[in-house]
Amino acid sequence: MSSTASEASTYDLAVIGGGPGGLAAAATAAELGARVVLVDESPALGGQIWRQNRSRVVPAAQPWLARLEAAGVELRLGTTVWQATPPGNLHTSQGPIRARQTVLACGARELLLPFPGWTLPGVHGVGGLQALVHSGLEVRGRRVVLAGSGPLLLQVAASLTSHGAQVLRVAEQAPLSRLARFSLGLGPGKTWQAVTLANPRFRASSWPLEALGTERLEAVRLQRVGGSEILPCDLLAVGFGLTPNLELPRALGCRIEEGAVAVDEHQRSSVRGVFAVGEVCGIKGAPGALVDGLCAGASAGGTTIARPLLRKRDRQRRFGRLLTRTFSLREEIRQLARSETTLCRCEQVDYASVAAHPDWTSAKLASRCGMGLCQGRICGAATQALFGWGPHGVRPPLTPVPVGALFSHDIPPPPPASRESRS
Amino acid sequence: MTTDSERVEVLIDGTVLHVAANTSVAAAVLNHGGSASLPSRRSGWTPLCGMGVCWGCRLTIDGQANRRSCLIPVAAGMRIDTQPNGSEPEAP
Ligand SMILES: Cc1cc2nc3c(=O)[nH]c(=O)nc-3n(C[C@H](O)[C@H](O)[C@H](O)COP(=O)(O)OP(=O)(O)OC[C@H]3O[C@@H](n4cnc5c(N)ncnc54)[C@H](O)[C@@H]3O)c2cc1C
Ligand code: FES
Repeated sequence: MSSTASEASTYDLAVIGGGPGGLAAAATAAELGARVVLVDESPALGGQIWRQNRSRVVPAAQPWLARLEAAGVELRLGTTVWQATPPGNLHTSQGPIRARQTVLACGARELLLPFPGWTLPGVHGVGGLQALVHSGLEVRGRRVVLAGSGPLLLQVAASLTSHGAQVLRVAEQAPLSRLARFSLGLGPGKTWQAVTLANPRFRASSWPLEALGTERLEAVRLQRVGGSEILPCDLLAVGFGLTPNLELPRALGCRIEEGAVAVDEHQRSSVRGVFAVGEVCGIKGAPGALVDGLCAGASAGGTTIARPLLRKRDRQRRFGRLLTRTFSLREEIRQLARSETTLCRCEQVDYASVAAHPDWTSAKLASRCGMGLCQGRICGAATQALFGWGPHGVRPPLTPVPVGALFSHDIPPPPPASRESRS
Repeated sequence: MTTDSERVEVLIDGTVLHVAANTSVAAAVLNHGGSASLPSRRSGWTPLCGMGVCWGCRLTIDGQANRRSCLIPVAAGMRIDTQPNGSEPEAP
């Protein structure tokens, strides 16, 4: 690579992820004068909550998109970051990107745990079904059951209903007592309470036992207080909460604490020049991600974070901890799979073949569990939740890329200028 | 930018279909009645996450195998194959 080319592509800040956290960080830093590039593997901005499709972004996202544009943030959409070294050497599906600092805003994914029948067509993640509907899946008139844990169940149920689906049941594994405390903790007038009480299909202490069907999903059997119920349905959406996407933070060497990137009051990770915002540093919801992003944008842009914003951020962090306590998984959820239930979907490895091993590494070597295309993103998180295994190190590429891409560009050296010596 | 009412012509397993622009390939295939996975003897290749994580939606798009169809919008003239060409997909 010629030196002019590499200079031209050196940014002050690279933001990975275009959800609320990444948008706020990118806009704030750019407004402070930083040259910012925002990378997202999806073709549209907005992240998990605001993305609908290429032409439609929910109204809440509009002001952020306008600010990005006004501040001259460069966008690289449809671009997957598959490896990174500190502080901002990104290797992407569209070539290298170099920056002096990085904001990790790569969000979370759903925790998906094995249970009998979860591989049948018609069974999706809760957020997965919502994403599919946002990208055009038709659900009008279809009978849907949602089961698992977390606020997402009710949010997605409402969204599916608005798209014409017939929601038969929303089954939440957490007991009512904890949900009631959660509602109280939110204060009066919060939507959770209204939504829970108003939804006659909602059941606490209820969870999926088995998806039934031969060629595709025909019904689901749910645990409920005092027994079980079988509900015939067309679609089953299952999810057991969110789990941060830690592949890139781990590749960069960021310290992980309690399953999330550890950050200080400036949203700085343990690695110099690398910040983290949003769900990747702890599940807390979109408002919390936005506040994180504002803080990181200010820090990366070289100013101090305003006190009221810091207080807001602390409130959001407390809310995150409340979420975690409320929706922690009961032991029964870890016992749903049978010996023959598929655990690793990519490589078709059953539960017994994995459970026989003492740890992730030996299970992987002996059974090929986690060695398929998803690189253990689903089953790795599952074994962590089921057996307490992990964390497992990442080796590039983080996401399978065509072999050609590995050789199409050199790995750029770390940039000479540090943040402090800039300006 | 396209609007919701616009439709594009795609070929799903050789059948010509007119699907709304802005639909992901995964959604288009599911709407068409497929399972947006390779219906091979392997089970569990169904679109689980809808967001590029699980690879359960892998399809052959315009001759390229193993594309995550949930991340890719339909495009005019796109060829989508849900059947494996008699072989297992390429390993990464
Ligand atoms: C599946 C799912 C559905 C959800 N649905 C709702 C909902 O309906 N309502 C609600 O209130 N909350 C929902 N949430 C929670 C909500 O999305 C989050 O609170 C909020 O979006 C967090 O914002 P964020 O900026 O941290 O990350 P996200 O919004 O998750 O954004 C992360 C972005 O990073 C990108 N990315 C990740 N890795 C890479 C990489 N290697 N290379 C390039 N780009 C990458 C992703 O494409 C994504 O756009 C959902 C979460 C998930 C996981
Ligand atoms: S549905 Fe999971 S990667 Fe597309």
